[in-house]
Amino acid sequence: MEMTLNWYLTLSSVLFITGTLGFLFRRNIIVMLMSIELMLNAVNLTLVALSQAAADTAGQILVFFVIAVAAAEAAVGLAIVIAVFRGRQTIDISKIKSFRY
Amino acid sequence: MELSQAYTSLLSDMGHTIPLILIVLTGLVIVLLDAFKPRHVSIPYLTALVLAVALGLEIQTIGSQGGTAYYELIRVGGMAAYVNAVILTSGLLSVILMKPYLERIDHNIGEAYALLLFSITGMMVLGSANSLVTIFVGLETMSICLYIMTALIRSHKGAIESALKYFLLGAFSTGFFLYGIALLYGATGTMMLPEMRGAVAVSDSDTMFWAGLALLLVGFMFKVGAAPFHMWTPDVYQGAATPITGFMSTASKTAAFASLILVLYYAVPAETWNGVIAILALITMIVGNVIAISQTNLKRMLAYSSIAHAGYVLVGLSAGTGAGYSGALYYMLVYTFMNIGAFGVIAFMEFDGKEGSEQRLDSLAGIGYKKPVLSVCMIFFMFSLAGFPPFGGFFGKIAVFAPAIDAGFIWLAIVGVLTSAVSAYYYLRVLVVFFMKQPDGVYDFDASPVPFSATAVIVLCAGVILVLGVAPSIMEVTMSFFSSSITTTAAVLP
Repeated sequence: MEMTLNWYLTLSSVLFITGTLGFLFRRNIIVMLMSIELMLNAVNLTLVALSQAAADTAGQILVFFVIAVAAAEAAVGLAIVIAVFRGRQTIDISKIKSFRY
Repeated sequence: MELSQAYTSLLSDMGHTIPLILIVLTGLVIVLLDAFKPRHVSIPYLTALVLAVALGLEIQTIGSQGGTAYYELIRVGGMAAYVNAVILTSGLLSVILMKPYLERIDHNIGEAYALLLFSITGMMVLGSANSLVTIFVGLETMSICLYIMTALIRSHKGAIESALKYFLLGAFSTGFFLYGIALLYGATGTMMLPEMRGAVAVSDSDTMFWAGLALLLVGFMFKVGAAPFHMWTPDVYQGAATPITGFMSTASKTAAFASLILVLYYAVPAETWNGVIAILALITMIVGNVIAISQTNLKRMLAYSSIAHAGYVLVGLSAGTGAGYSGALYYMLVYTFMNIGAFGVIAFMEFDGKEGSEQRLDSLAGIGYKKPVLSVCMIFFMFSLAGFPPFGGFFGKIAVFAPAIDAGFIWLAIVGVLTSAVSAYYYLRVLVVFFMKQPDGVYDFDASPVPFSATAVIVLCAGVILVLGVAPSIMEVTMSFFSSSITTTAAVLP
């Protein structure tokens, strides 16, 4: 059975939807960060597959930028989570709501 | 692409992007300086100086023909220079307001200025991008710096919470944005915006292309704070340090709108998406203006007002014409001065010890007689934000509503005018509280005089709004220049 482009696109869209649902329905901030990473990596898979199919390198170049940005985002995100935990002793997003209408 | 000449071409292109390079290098110098001499006295002055120099250089190139640099990755001159100049103006005014503010709350740290410069770098790249890769890199450089700047006051739980919400929703929207880029790339086979346009016509029934464009729009709507993707805006604006809020609300929106204009203008045909933008503009104007009425915190009210103003700019974009785009760009210029001024005024009227995030508007009753200069300037900002005729905001609204009417969105312009009338209620209520109410209790007013530099910036903003209002010829010059420069560069680049 030959692996066509659609297999990769289907797999990456399933991964992306998994990440989206994880972000929307999990209340632990660390798990939400992991879901975001999953979304970004699903997009990386899409980009590499499309880039390979089109025989064009621009998509793969963007993947390198995405990897760097994901690393920077993880660093900043974890720093913010630590600051939140120091102040409140919790990383449950539903318990962090000090602003009101 | 001829790579044997790559270095020569890179070096010659550097001459076109001197402001960008200056700002990155100064940012790095400040990081080093702050590491060896923490809170060195020269850091704010160095930041302001480099921003002023870069602004001067960009203003000089506004008149030039637009072009591209670095193998067509970013645009220079013309519209790009104008957008960069607006961003740099916002940065320069914010730095001058930030210094006394951060000194007062004892947070005058070097990182604040370095992050400001790095985020401006991202904004300039975003606002002058010519390729989806550049847009992504610029957007993320800007966003990550802004997440950290929101959390600058680490001891304040509210600021950290704002940063957390901003970060989580920002990173989530980045995922959608990126998926949109990937699908657009797959459908068109190119990352270059002008090349995409040619690829669309042959595949106009392509699901991948339209799904990609929809996801990209979701990402953009999040960054400009348009409804229904505005949820983060009030919390972030309320929790962040006030001059930084002013900076975020103006410069980052200018950059994101400029980038959206580039995508819509170069990459996709207008008649296919402008109905969607019109509906988003409608929802955004109604949500922003209606919710702002019930706010008791001034910063939160201005946050909803900034959502409403994003809606007005989207009205201009929905026209899908050169006039609409130039109107939107003009509006961002006026909006920059109005909003930086308004946030600057309230930055020096805070006495709750939590950067104004818990201070009620009522507690400012009668402050107009205690801080007369700032309060008189506030009259200018509030009337201009509401869109009253002698001020710049009025002509800004004409500049975005008129092209929409020409494009057939008369209902949209009517709703825009009606919601502006609603907005007059909550803007003028601020002035009523400032001048016509007696304080109902004893408040611990900060009686220390406002620093001269900050007062000068606020008065300057008020003056510029008045000039933009009483001399509409400036608008005509700007607008005609922009509509022509966009068309000519479009002709140069196929």
